Amino acid sequence: MNIGVSLTSREEIEVHRFSWMVSLGVPALALLIQSYLPLKMAFLKIFDLPLLVAIFFAVARRRPVPGMITGGLIGTVQDALAGQKIGLFGISKTIIGYLASSLGVKVDVDNPGSRFLMTLAFYIIHHIVYMVVNLGLVGASAPWEWGHTLLRALANALLSVVLFALLDKFKLRT
Amino acid sequence: MENFFSRYKNPLVLMLVLFIQVVGLATQVKRSESAKPSDGGGPRLIRVWTVSIITPFEKAASGTGHFFRHAWSNYIDLHGVRKENRELQEQLSRLKMEQVRLREDAGQAHRLQALLEFKERYIGKTVAAQVIGTSGIEQSRIIYIDKGSKNSTGLKPDLPVITPDGVVGKIKEVFPFTSQVLLINDHNSGAGVLSQDSRLQGVVKGTSQGLLVVDHIMLDEKIEVGEHIVTSGGDGIYPKGVPVGTVTSSGPDPDAEAFLKIRVKPAANLDKLEEVLVITKMAEEMPSSNAGPAPQRAADILSQRLPSAKQPDAKDAGKVPGSAATPVPAGTRLEEKKAAAPASEKKTAAPVTTPAPAGEKKSAAPVIVPKAPGQKALDQKKVDQKKPVVAGQASASQTPVATPGAETKKPATDQKKATPPGATATGTPATKKSPQSGLDTKKPADQKKSQSPGAAATVGSPTAGSSTTKKAKSSVAKPTPAAPGQTSTPAATPDETPASKKPESEGQPQPPSSGEKPPQ
Repeated sequence: MNIGVSLTSREEIEVHRFSWMVSLGVPALALLIQSYLPLKMAFLKIFDLPLLVAIFFAVARRRPVPGMITGGLIGTVQDALAGQKIGLFGISKTIIGYLASSLGVKVDVDNPGSRFLMTLAFYIIHHIVYMVVNLGLVGASAPWEWGHTLLRALANALLSVVLFALLDKFKLRT
Repeated sequence: MENFFSRYKNPLVLMLVLFIQVVGLATQVKRSESAKPSDGGGPRLIRVWTVSIITPFEKAASGTGHFFRHAWSNYIDLHGVRKENRELQEQLSRLKMEQVRLREDAGQAHRLQALLEFKERYIGKTVAAQVIGTSGIEQSRIIYIDKGSKNSTGLKPDLPVITPDGVVGKIKEVFPFTSQVLLINDHNSGAGVLSQDSRLQGVVKGTSQGLLVVDHIMLDEKIEVGEHIVTSGGDGIYPKGVPVGTVTSSGPDPDAEAFLKIRVKPAANLDKLEEVLVITKMAEEMPSSNAGPAPQRAADILSQRLPSAKQPDAKDAGKVPGSAATPVPAGTRLEEKKAAAPASEKKTAAPVTTPAPAGEKKSAAPVIVPKAPGQKALDQKKVDQKKPVVAGQASASQTPVATPGAETKKPATDQKKATPPGATATGTPATKKSPQSGLDTKKPADQKKSQSPGAAATVGSPTAGSSTTKKAKSSVAKPTPAAPGQTSTPAATPDETPASKKPESEGQPQPPSSGEKPPQ
């Protein structure tokens, strides 16, 4: 696999825009698929499509504030659907949105290899933040399953390569 | 200052957003700790909006999937349907015959429960719902069903949700057109359970991995792998006797040394749920000894179900013992029955007799009926179908054996049914069905592990019936000495009836109450 992470100047980075339909429709579709498909195939729960979508939009827009707001909103909706305390995924995805858009400013993230590594790292960070908030604020006693988390991170990273390539087609170049 | 804000705009916005979310989260935690209802608050509003926006699409997706599957299975993929139909017809015939037997058992259970003044708690009303979505994350095991508060279904939080296979979970939140169901294997779930064979009570909980574990069972208790776990009804949410799962492993709990850690495989396939039943009403009533439809002979039922079956003599049909319309003295019944009974029954008739059911005892004179201990007491319908034996007259051709508390007569030719009183008493409730749901009728939820074995064994459960029946059958082969001269009371008193029950795990004939021990 060709892994390329190149440092570029801010001027060289292309900032992408999306139509409002894509901006609303893709996260909504991701949430819908995430909620519906595990009903038919339970193993699909290992994927976190909303997280991948949040990362994609944050990286493509390369603007931290919209990135974190997109992540925060997606996470909040996910919390509401999951029936857990609202804010668990909201906080996690807000941070991921911020980090992803900040990274997108500095690093070329259009390369499949960099996308794979980036998603892998963000998934693990997302899980750590989620667990910290869950243990620290909510007081839950969920065990840390590192093996399973790593497996899920790999699966999501692989999916992100395909998904991001698909979502690239919705970019409006400026 | 302005320069500071413009320079650190992004981190400041991040901190502000995080601060808002943390405050919101802390408020929810605080609210849940103070046990205030979350209705009407911000989080509730967010949930309602989110669910209201997302679930219509899920319903549409689910409906489309069902449409195509329905079209495929009902119009296209009909291969082998004739053969399947034939097999189902045969199965139906078998089940109808089985139903006749179960109905008798149920009648008897009603009488025994009435004697014990048990209150029945059974599933009164259910609402069928379709599963349309999940939480979508591994951390919480939640599903969405397509029924809500505006569907006029009476759904509300904490109602139990089941499938014919077993427990699914309970309703967590109700929205206008959908409801959220917390699965039994979620780490926030819990239910009072009972092991079907050993009658140990515990609490089943979900884990973060989606497994089911039973805890609060002491290490010195023994529970076998493969044992069925059913709800105990003690939690006040789930009805008693609904299957929860099967024990897959049992061993010391590493976190709590004094307790066992028992893993359970859920009875319902929680990963592939399509339709579920929400129990919206639990009925609780005192069983009547005359419960059920008007007295109908088993032979009549059989003849209705199976036209090929031999029609009973019309003259006998009007002489149903216990029938209010035509009360027949015990003495005259025997003569008629003897005439009507097949020759084979006459030859092989064994000393199996019991007095009439409580209802008819009032009208008929107390009858001292010989009955072999270890044989099952049947209701009067059964008596009419089979060869009745009345005290005194029976002794002419049979060896009279009296058992206190015995109620009805039964020929020993019915080896299949000749079970010990205890076994009958334990097995019967397990096979009793609730009219609406087909699930087992429940008994009082406060039955504890500390109860006497016989009492504990009376707890009904869907699958207990089969095992009990098997054990009871096996016990038939072991003859038990009679208590000669012992007379049965016309109606068993509540004090007597428990003695006639035996733990289903034992499966041995009940020793006579006179103190005699059965032969080894």
